[in-house]
Amino acid sequence: MSTTVSQDRPTKPSFFNEVFYLARRYPLGVAGAIIMATFVMCALFANFVAPLDPFSTNARASLARPSETHLLGADMMGRDVLSRIIHGARISLAVAVGATIMGSGLGAALGLASGYLGGWFDLIIQRVSEVMQSLPLLVMALVITASLGPSLRNTIIAIAIPLVPTVARVIRSNVLSLREMPFVEAAKATGMSEFRIAVVHVLPNTLAPLIVLATAQLGSTILTEASLSFLGLGVPEPYPSWGRMLSESAAEYVRTAPWLVIFPGLAISLVVFGSNLMGDALRDALDPRQRD
Amino acid sequence: MNKPLIEVTDLKKHFPIRKGLFGNTVGHVHAVDGVSFSINAGETLGLVGESGCGKSTVGRVVLRLIEPTSGSVKVEGREIVGIPRTELRPLRRQMQIVFQDPFSSLNPRIRVGDIVGEPLMVHGIGNKQERAERVAQLFNRVGLRPSQMSNYPHQFSGGQRQRISIARALALDPHFIIADEPVSALDVSIQAQVINLMMDLQRDMKLSYLFISHNLSVVEHISHRVAVMYLGRIVEYADKKTLFASPQHPYTEALLSAVPLPDPTLRRTKKRVEGDVPSPIKPPPGCHFHPRCPYAEARCKVEPPVLREIGPGHQVACHLR
Amino acid sequence: MAPVLEVSGLSTVFHTRRGLVRAVQDVSFTVNAGETLAIVGESGCGKTITALSLLRLVPMPPGEITSGSVKVDGTDLLKLSDAEMREMRGSKIAMIFQEPMTALNPLLTVGKQIQEMVVLHDKCSQEVARKRAVEMLHHVRIPEPERRSREYPHQLSGGMRQRAMIAMALACRPKVLVADEPTTALDVTIQAQILDLIGDLQREFGTAVVLITHDLGVVAETAKRVCVMYAGRKVEEAPVEEIFGRPLHPYMQGLMNSIPRVGSARGLDVAPDERLQEISGIVPPLNDLPPGCAFEPRCTRADARCKTQRPELEVKAPDHIAACWQA
Repeated sequence: MSTTVSQDRPTKPSFFNEVFYLARRYPLGVAGAIIMATFVMCALFANFVAPLDPFSTNARASLARPSETHLLGADMMGRDVLSRIIHGARISLAVAVGATIMGSGLGAALGLASGYLGGWFDLIIQRVSEVMQSLPLLVMALVITASLGPSLRNTIIAIAIPLVPTVARVIRSNVLSLREMPFVEAAKATGMSEFRIAVVHVLPNTLAPLIVLATAQLGSTILTEASLSFLGLGVPEPYPSWGRMLSESAAEYVRTAPWLVIFPGLAISLVVFGSNLMGDALRDALDPRQRD
Repeated sequence: MNKPLIEVTDLKKHFPIRKGLFGNTVGHVHAVDGVSFSINAGETLGLVGESGCGKSTVGRVVLRLIEPTSGSVKVEGREIVGIPRTELRPLRRQMQIVFQDPFSSLNPRIRVGDIVGEPLMVHGIGNKQERAERVAQLFNRVGLRPSQMSNYPHQFSGGQRQRISIARALALDPHFIIADEPVSALDVSIQAQVINLMMDLQRDMKLSYLFISHNLSVVEHISHRVAVMYLGRIVEYADKKTLFASPQHPYTEALLSAVPLPDPTLRRTKKRVEGDVPSPIKPPPGCHFHPRCPYAEARCKVEPPVLREIGPGHQVACHLR
Repeated sequence: MAPVLEVSGLSTVFHTRRGLVRAVQDVSFTVNAGETLAIVGESGCGKTITALSLLRLVPMPPGEITSGSVKVDGTDLLKLSDAEMREMRGSKIAMIFQEPMTALNPLLTVGKQIQEMVVLHDKCSQEVARKRAVEMLHHVRIPEPERRSREYPHQLSGGMRQRAMIAMALACRPKVLVADEPTTALDVTIQAQILDLIGDLQREFGTAVVLITHDLGVVAETAKRVCVMYAGRKVEEAPVEEIFGRPLHPYMQGLMNSIPRVGSARGLDVAPDERLQEISGIVPPLNDLPPGCAFEPRCTRADARCKTQRPELEVKAPDHIAACWQA
């Protein structure tokens, strides 16, 4: 009778079978993963992949159009845009991924604790995050970097902190409804500890909104980093980041040398796009309900 | 008769209503307002009432999933109200719960074998191998195939999920199970399967049930004794034959005459009660039922009736009986 | 008496990723003025889709009414344009739902909603329509109708909302009322009030009612005729006394035997603690029906023919049809 509803899948599919199965099921997710992998490879092996030195200036190549020597053109100081984008992937990805993971992780932990424990702890966390959310993201990041000093690590921290309240609030509201679910009550009835219930039964069920939120934040972290760099508070010069490449040239050269704007912008868009595709597939793949 | 397995005395649960910035308490919902009953080994007590009467809260308070405001709950003679959680934990093996909604009562992200085995793990019973064997046994017992242990909840139908919930409740060999509307979300033909299973389990394992339901015919079928609740209080309490054959409280009477019978030759002239169930935040003074009661007198409006014995094992809270 | 509602050969399918789901197949029935026809069956039997098809409320796509006709007073609703159909809804055929909150607009007062409908269909002035709205609320026995008409749906209790929805459905005196599980979400004492109300209004207005329900008790107390559905098809139809007295289809027999009855403890007919008769198994998925009789896998009386050949509806007794090789 039950064969009509449930298919008995093999209990333990091998790792490769599983990967192959997921790849067939989520072709868009695979595309996203390939995009992300390409950028990560570029970042890791920038020295080998980049055709030219991203730091060497060349007055004669100033604002050179895309050509055979400069595939994506050159900036005002004659530095190769392609090489700078490849090297920029290091900073941009480190900042984006680092800040997103840090901010979402911290936010999820606080949201879980706040929603599950309730009471005074919840009240304090909620009021603090309201205050934080009333400040513009950039202003808060500015204050943090200004007090910590510009460096890669501090940039990541400065961008991650403002993400925390947003994530915490979303996770908290999710936890509040999950806390009332009968399966949580059933776990309580067996005598399971509150901490284990929170980790085993509540947290995994907040994964879907967490992943969606995190992938959506990825793009905005790159842009925040750009603004910080533009104000001289990001990762210090001469290390290129996509955001700074974009913000430096956006106003001045968008008409005369549009390649200075288009290509870093394209890189940002591609990463955001790739991470969203990957995030959606990940969300579905991690949900057993989506898997038959 | 020997000592009752579960003895509940004057149980109360008042939920505070909070308002404003600092969450000041502005009133209380009297969800459970002085409820007493007992259940013997191998017996089923049916608890019936309409939505908002507090019957589900009773179930949760008895298990201390919700802390009671006052009162006493004794399990095999041991008081469980007020004892610390560490002492409560071993007692949890004695009593389990099965919920109404077969969809939200199982965590969608956990394999059903692990769901059923979880109580064993929590109480550190057996090693992995032994637990798996026990779970397989439980699956067989409730009419599922052990090969389905590695499936996820969504791969099962409503009736099968309810069997999984029952298997989870049975894992620790409890003596007492609270069933909170366990068949209300199921189709009638599936309902019969689950009711039969519960009755078989009771016979084989000497289980006691607190069977909470709004469905009078199901309660009548499965229970030995029945308590009728209205707005947080028990209004009538008797063995099933007495209660269904000669209901004494006007509310019980109204409830029984409102149930549609599957027999068109019996289209009866009925006693209908008018109006809605009042809010438990501000229940009517005196007898809670008086605004809807066709027999209400002056004193019903001021003096709350107490539950008193009117026949052997038959208690009614009504001034007029 | 000529039937007010005549449904014949109605079929509705859904195009889904998992294939073609035949939700309703070749369903026919008629209802006379002032009569109630009950359609019974379990979840997934197609009874709700049948109800929605009558008002052409099936979402299209993915749904599609592939054949058949739904005649109200001789007009085939399936042949009307969308605009003409909108005109019919509310004025000739109306529907009430299980959950009144889904059918009432939370942002409009109850009175206003009824009023708008009356203006739309009867082309009368707002003032006349407002009076009609209050009058309708009075009709459905809502106390203080004048005050209640100025309240929003969330201010009413569940039973009151159901009354308000009935008032709205009947405000323009439709010939046909389709009621989809109208009392399933209500408590028994409120259910009894609502069923009485529908019955009284039906007698007063002469409305033909199609009552969709899974509750055999509700059927026995309200219906004149009963139509049993299983896996998208009608499998049995007869007057209510006939079908309860002598159910022919094994599915209907199984349903009757699987319900516990109030009063059994009075020692009338059922011995205490007697096992309920189960129907084993579950309803088959509508995109993967067995080739023969859809009930065959769960049927205790099935034989080889049931596995391969689908039984057609046949007259088995006077005014009693069933689709079963064994009946």
